[in-house]
Amino acid sequence: MSQLPLLEANALQRQYDVSAPWLNRVLERRPRQFLNAVAGVDFQLEKGQTLALVGESGCGKSTIAKLATGLQKPTGGEIVYRGDWNRVQMIFQDPFASLNPRWRVSSIISEPLRTLKPGLSRPDVARRVGELLETVGLSVADGSKYPHEFSGGQRQRISIARALAGEPEFLVCDEPTSALDVSVQAQILNLMKRLQFEFGLTYLFISHDLSVVRHMADTIAVMYLGKIVEIAPKQDLFDNPMHPYTRMLLDTIPDLQNPVRDRAAMTGEIPSPIDPPTGCSFHPRCPLASEHCLKETPVRSQEKFAGRVACFAV
Amino acid sequence: MSDKVLEVEELRVEFPTRHGVLTAVDGVSLSIDRGEILGVVGESGAGKSMTGMAILGLLEPPGRIAAGRISLSGERIDQLTENELRQYRGRRIGAIFQDPLTSLNPLFTVGKQLVETIRQHLPLSASDARRRAIELLTEVGIPAPEARVDHYPHQFSGGMRQRVVIALALCAEPELIIADEPTTALDVSIQAQITGLLKRLCKERGMAVMLVTHDMGVIAETADRVAVMYAGRLTEVGNVQAMVRAPRHPYTVGLMGAIPSLTGDVQELSQIPGNMPRLNAIPAGCAFNPRCARRIDKCTVDIPTVSGSGVACWAVEDEVRT
Repeated sequence: MSQLPLLEANALQRQYDVSAPWLNRVLERRPRQFLNAVAGVDFQLEKGQTLALVGESGCGKSTIAKLATGLQKPTGGEIVYRGDWNRVQMIFQDPFASLNPRWRVSSIISEPLRTLKPGLSRPDVARRVGELLETVGLSVADGSKYPHEFSGGQRQRISIARALAGEPEFLVCDEPTSALDVSVQAQILNLMKRLQFEFGLTYLFISHDLSVVRHMADTIAVMYLGKIVEIAPKQDLFDNPMHPYTRMLLDTIPDLQNPVRDRAAMTGEIPSPIDPPTGCSFHPRCPLASEHCLKETPVRSQEKFAGRVACFAV
Repeated sequence: MSDKVLEVEELRVEFPTRHGVLTAVDGVSLSIDRGEILGVVGESGAGKSMTGMAILGLLEPPGRIAAGRISLSGERIDQLTENELRQYRGRRIGAIFQDPLTSLNPLFTVGKQLVETIRQHLPLSASDARRRAIELLTEVGIPAPEARVDHYPHQFSGGMRQRVVIALALCAEPELIIADEPTTALDVSIQAQITGLLKRLCKERGMAVMLVTHDMGVIAETADRVAVMYAGRLTEVGNVQAMVRAPRHPYTVGLMGAIPSLTGDVQELSQIPGNMPRLNAIPAGCAFNPRCARRIDKCTVDIPTVSGSGVACWAVEDEVRT
């Protein structure tokens, strides 16, 4: 493990300008406004591992996906990727929006081949597309069809085949199964695990579903309003959640195996990321909050549980 | 038997199309008692929302109820005219849908929408209706209801909006609430707040609730009884705890195995081979038979029903008999 991590985020930040139009700002004397979608995030991802980012709407997990693939530039901090940028691919949530409806499946899957390996001959491309279709559990004949002829799960398989076409080493998966039914989700998750094993893929896996994350990840980072509040190996996080938010999250999700009929709901709501609370942004909902939490922002530090948790109270 | 608020018998919903008649709901029978939550669970296209829409009389033409009866507290409601139905919907049956943004009119304050609905169904003056609206907002747990009543839907968060929709559904104190995926669009930490609210209202007011969702976890913690649907038909009906502990129908077993666990450790999730059939290609006999590991000869010929054992499966029935 002396190898350097494949992907590293150092004090990563991404800010969006959400100010009103110039004229309104001048007439109504409104200041410029910024939304800190990602507000100082650090993590490392080793080759062949899966890091999951989990959190609720607006916590910045999808923004990190865009930063990690280079689709957007950070406004602060850095993303260090020690690999070939041409071998980074992405799988998106909505298999209806991410495939061009006017293209045949074979053209969709061969697009990365044609762009990244222009030297490949046509028969070679066709053979490779056929292989990829079979790898993801479709048939060669499916290549001549259009996306609308497939169900949601099959479309997600097409997205995965397209991602694999570039022979990626690193895949960013943004909610890859959220739009799918559970039985189809199981098929896709099993496929993704098999592919990781076969091709030694590294995954950055983004999801709001803790049970899916538990199944897929080696390490889990829990995010709240643009920050990682806790990061730990999967087993540690589930056996011994430390941050109050992680604990509340684990306490509120319905458990099919051991249903809790009178489950206490988490109080309060997720604050707006445009105007986050002072200090620790979780303090308005936190049962352990003290004066200190209102004034200062906790950070993860090596001295405290090896940088696992950002909280004053634990 | 007077406790049965909703009774659905042998309901069949059809969509005549150019390529023949599609049967979206086929021979579904269920009932809900006062103060009971019935969970209806299934995957996309299983016909769970269609069943809810048929009860509300909101099927989009050309969809129609082709057979069966729907009774509300003993009165038949499936043959009412559109005008008569309008008296029922809202007054005696409330509806909560998935997306709170589309259920609310963005151009009116929530107070105006509540007052309008209240006065539509109850003989109250404008000021009494407003007072009632504030009471309802208090009851569904909206902080500072006196101020919030004059706010527009966009000024509420997703969870608060869904509370407003629930308040709207409660306006005329209906006997039955149809909640179609009420928590699907919400974050997990908000989801528990809304299911908790539904449970409380159901017990306090003795309403019957039909909770339609794809989320087995929500059903396990919210519903009293559960009905599982597959390709328009019921596959299994029964007590929630019993079904969660020991599902019996092969489809229910597969569905539960496919859900990643929060406690156990599984390397590979159990997979049901194949896909749910399209409505124009439902196999003969049991709709699940081509995907089923326990298929016997009878399954490809006769359609099993849930009557009696609660499980629509010939293999399970054989097992019980021997």
